[in-house]
Amino acid sequence: MDKCKGCMECVRLCPSDIMHIDPRLGKAFNIEPSMCWECFTCVKGCPEAAVDVRGYADFAPFGHHVTQQRAADRIAWRIESRGGSVREFVFPIRTTPWDSIASPATAPPPTTEAAHGELLSFEPDYLAVEALPTIPSKRAAPTS
Amino acid sequence: MDADVLIVGGGMAGCGAAFEARYWGRDLRIVVAEKAAIERSGAVAQGLSAINCYMGMRWGENQPEDFVRYVRNDLMGLSREDLVYDVARHVDSTVHLFEEWGLPIFKDPASGKYVREGRWQVMIHGESYKPIVAEAARKAATEVVEHVVVTHLLPDERDPHRVAGAVGVDVRDGSYVVFRAKAVIVSAAGASHIFRPRSAGEGYGRTWYPPWASGSAYGLLIPFGAEMIQMENRLVVTRFKDGYGPVGAWFLLLKAVATNVHGDEFEKSRLPELRQRVGAYADAKPMPTCLRNHLMLQELRAGNGPILIHTERVLDTPEKEALGWEDFLNMTVGQAVTWAAQGIDPRTTPSELILSEPYVMGSHAVCAGAWASGPNDIAPPEYRWGYNRMTTSPGLFGAGDAIGGSAHKFSSGSFTEGRLAAKAAVAFVRDHQDRPAVADERRVAELREVLFRPLETYQHAQSRITAGGVNPDYLQPMSGLQRLEKTMDEYAGGTSTDYTTNDWMLGKALDNVVALREDLSRLGAADLHELQRCWELTHRVWTAEAVVRHTRFRTETRWPGYYYRADFPAVDDTNWRCFTSSVYDRTTDRWTLSTRPYVPIL
Ligand SMILES: Cc1cc2nc3c(=O)[nH]c(=O)nc-3n(C[C@H](O)[C@H](O)[C@H](O)COP(=O)(O)OP(=O)(O)OC[C@H]3O[C@@H](n4cnc5c(N)ncnc54)[C@H](O)[C@@H]3O)c2cc1C
Ligand code: SF4
Ligand code: SF4
Repeated sequence: MDKCKGCMECVRLCPSDIMHIDPRLGKAFNIEPSMCWECFTCVKGCPEAAVDVRGYADFAPFGHHVTQQRAADRIAWRIESRGGSVREFVFPIRTTPWDSIASPATAPPPTTEAAHGELLSFEPDYLAVEALPTIPSKRAAPTS
Repeated sequence: MDADVLIVGGGMAGCGAAFEARYWGRDLRIVVAEKAAIERSGAVAQGLSAINCYMGMRWGENQPEDFVRYVRNDLMGLSREDLVYDVARHVDSTVHLFEEWGLPIFKDPASGKYVREGRWQVMIHGESYKPIVAEAARKAATEVVEHVVVTHLLPDERDPHRVAGAVGVDVRDGSYVVFRAKAVIVSAAGASHIFRPRSAGEGYGRTWYPPWASGSAYGLLIPFGAEMIQMENRLVVTRFKDGYGPVGAWFLLLKAVATNVHGDEFEKSRLPELRQRVGAYADAKPMPTCLRNHLMLQELRAGNGPILIHTERVLDTPEKEALGWEDFLNMTVGQAVTWAAQGIDPRTTPSELILSEPYVMGSHAVCAGAWASGPNDIAPPEYRWGYNRMTTSPGLFGAGDAIGGSAHKFSSGSFTEGRLAAKAAVAFVRDHQDRPAVADERRVAELREVLFRPLETYQHAQSRITAGGVNPDYLQPMSGLQRLEKTMDEYAGGTSTDYTTNDWMLGKALDNVVALREDLSRLGAADLHELQRCWELTHRVWTAEAVVRHTRFRTETRWPGYYYRADFPAVDDTNWRCFTSSVYDRTTDRWTLSTRPYVPIL
């Protein structure tokens, strides 16, 4: 926590609303550990690598350390176990640049007819089969 | 704030809804209201290591019909097959979009096909699954309003059953946020912490479903008057003990086996006994999720525990070891932390499995949620009254955990259901242009009082104590939560009774939950964070009350392994192959329970 600059990024990201800034120190802390999922969102989101996590006190003995470094296309993990063994893994996280997804509004506008049919956007192309499967109800009510 | 389509909850379903609403509603105001930040909100906050719903129609792997049959078996004969079919026939296009957006999916280099974890699942490097999906939603939405906890839906001024928006509180600046909308899609997820968790103290938040799954989907829909089904169909999952690491990749891909403490693969030897209990359902392939739980529980009751998963027999290459760790690091880091802390090397030591506390949700191997209209071309007349995924309230749609009867959606299917709901919601807005919904302003004013009351209660009552949190005049949200969990655990089929309950116990649970609902008017909140907790608790209490009422109404044990009615231990297909349904009426404060028919579509 010494490295914390009080930038609020973990406060913004924590899905449980439990990372807050201590007004006296200007640094972030977990206000409600009993509502923490150990999701590591705060750890991954911190630009200063300031957040340190240890396992829940009710079943996790001391002596372990799980840390990560996340880049644009991969994440590297380092797992230090009680007893001293260390494992390191690197996994891909994304195959395209961040911020490269286009709004669906950039696609040609749909027809009124399409709006009343069963196809969703980009179908049937993105289904990669010729047509959307259907099984007409054996007991279908007359359409009004 | 005005919206044409308001999406409550920017999780998997909500992001799908935002994307699709923009495609069909180019000129519309599409607003997402989210209590956290959508990059990392909801059940997929950490990421996932598999997409659990994918047909692979392009490779002829599965057809939607196959999926319907699978879900029918897994739910012991009960699902809304029109909704299940609808998700299945569209879900491949969703997964193909995810891949195009940059989600790394494992591929077989020789065939180019996705690598299967099991028949329906594909493997992903999914640490950034949610940020990727959220990026698409952000590009699509007119506005994403974050850190706003939505507390209530708003009725139309002339038709109290029609929805006209929602209200909530901005938990950063404490402002009252009013969304006036022509259609609303509720995608605010199911619930953990309805039943007391196994973990205690600091680890109290280590439930399998995240602690922020506050049952808001149900807590918003029920008091508004939307009809609910299958609320008794709670989920119990088999997971690695303490860290709650998922077992899917271990069983399906790595082919690990589970044994009792003596090394016996007990499932086979217990089959005859299971047939006696549930008949032909025992021989369904694959065995229904609840029945596998049931067999484990029988072993544990017989003193043959713990159940061990033999990771040490399958991690014979460095690639498999990395895959095993990645599975957890991508979606349950806490399990990796647990292994590290307890010094467990999965290559040499088996791990214990445990049955979780129950959760209430609609997107997994269970299907609690709203009774919704089905797709036009498939749904039988009993299941169709308007727009796809519209609840019984006009203009009010649902997706993901919010929609009942449509099990096994998981992440990809929830996103897909959000797309389906959004397309229909856009059509609803267009079809009702001559008479758009208008919010009831008296209700807007009334809810402002209600919403902030816990802050006032706290302020007024503070003078009665010198220090600490015990006050004769108010209930702290955490105390209320523990009261709810204790009752549900002890009386409504939690872990402390091995998921067993009966009519008397359910009656007691109901009395206790109703008393708690009354006491919610005395909640006290010291700050905005606690105010958020007060409303999350309120949504959980509504959810719990529905669970208890539905469980009491269904006088059979349809899903052994999820819960047991000790007074009605058998599966009763003659009387109960139907959905339980409830409607709450706000004007009279009464619930009406009834049944809805099961109609097979195949
Ligand atoms: C540990 C774990 C592992 C899983 N593994 C897999 C897997 O491998 N593959 C797979 O496909 N699926 C998996 N799932 C299931 C999948 O994550 C869910 O089925 C899916 O996320 C449900 O979608 P949803 O949109 O209904 O809910 P969520 O994605 O949880 O979204 C709900 C959203 O609503 C917001 N919200 C809640 N209440 C309010 C409120 N009052 N006001 C405003 N916003 C609110 C939440 O913050 C959240 O953003 C897993 C789930 C868990 C927990
Ligand atoms: S690990 Fe805990 S504190 Fe950090 S973001 Fe997740 S829930 Fe919040
Ligand atoms: S812990 Fe990191 S993310 Fe959080 S406020 Fe400090 S520097 Fe910012």
